Amino acid sequence: MREITYVKAFTESLMQLMAEDEDVVVIGEDVGFYGGVFKAFDGLFKAYGERRVIDTPISEMGFLGMGVGAGRARVTAGG
Amino acid sequence: MGAAFAAVYKGQDSVAVPFFGDGASNIGAFHESANLAAVMHLPVIFVCENNGYAEFTPQAKHMLLEDVADRAAAYGMPSEIVDGMDVVAVYQTASKLVERARAGEGAALLEAKTYRYYDHQGVKGLRTPYRSQEEIDAWKERDAITALEQRMVAAQLAAEAELQKVWDETRAEIVEAIKFAEESPDPDPADLLDNVYTV
Repeated sequence: MREITYVKAFTESLMQLMAEDEDVVVIGEDVGFYGGVFKAFDGLFKAYGERRVIDTPISEMGFLGMGVGAGRARVTAGG
Repeated sequence: MGAAFAAVYKGQDSVAVPFFGDGASNIGAFHESANLAAVMHLPVIFVCENNGYAEFTPQAKHMLLEDVADRAAAYGMPSEIVDGMDVVAVYQTASKLVERARAGEGAALLEAKTYRYYDHQGVKGLRTPYRSQEEIDAWKERDAITALEQRMVAAQLAAEAELQKVWDETRAEIVEAIKFAEESPDPDPADLLDNVYTV
């Protein structure tokens, strides 16, 4: 079994999920252009662009609610 | 915000319309949502039903601004103020903002000036007199439904008899519902822990 850091495993998982499912997006602070403050989102923006990797204002309550709402919208749309 | 985001992401033309009061416009989540919707150009119409009271506290005591609509400019989005007692005006103004959002032009805030005859909790609340009967009566003169009825009759869109029938049928339905509730058995104490979870 490979040995990689948790962060790298996290990034790889996201890459796989985003490749498998068009409805997976990343919404957060400095996740897009900057690749995450600990580089946890490195490479995602280059691969998937600003439509699916979205930089937000510093508004955790706001975009957490957005994530819940978007997730629910997908469920009710039967997707 | 999530529903609006999903609509844009999936290329649908839905518009999200959250309703809140003057009191709730002070909540942090409102400000985060307004800014987020504005900067992301989401199809959201923030509708503030301003009835002049945050629960039992008058607007002048919970914010300095007279118009909640002024807050929209702080986020760079347009706003409209409308007479909340004028059904047609609300419809027309809201439609304009909804069409704009559908066309991809982003979020907006609509403030409807209105009033609340009963209390934040229940018909008479805890009976602490925080406002005058004169004030309540003055607003009742401008009641939205009464005004709409008069307008429809004057424009010959409905006859008074037809409208009275609606009132009578609705009243009967409510009386029936109250009767059903009063005649129904009390909940079983054994059900107390149904659907109760702990983390």
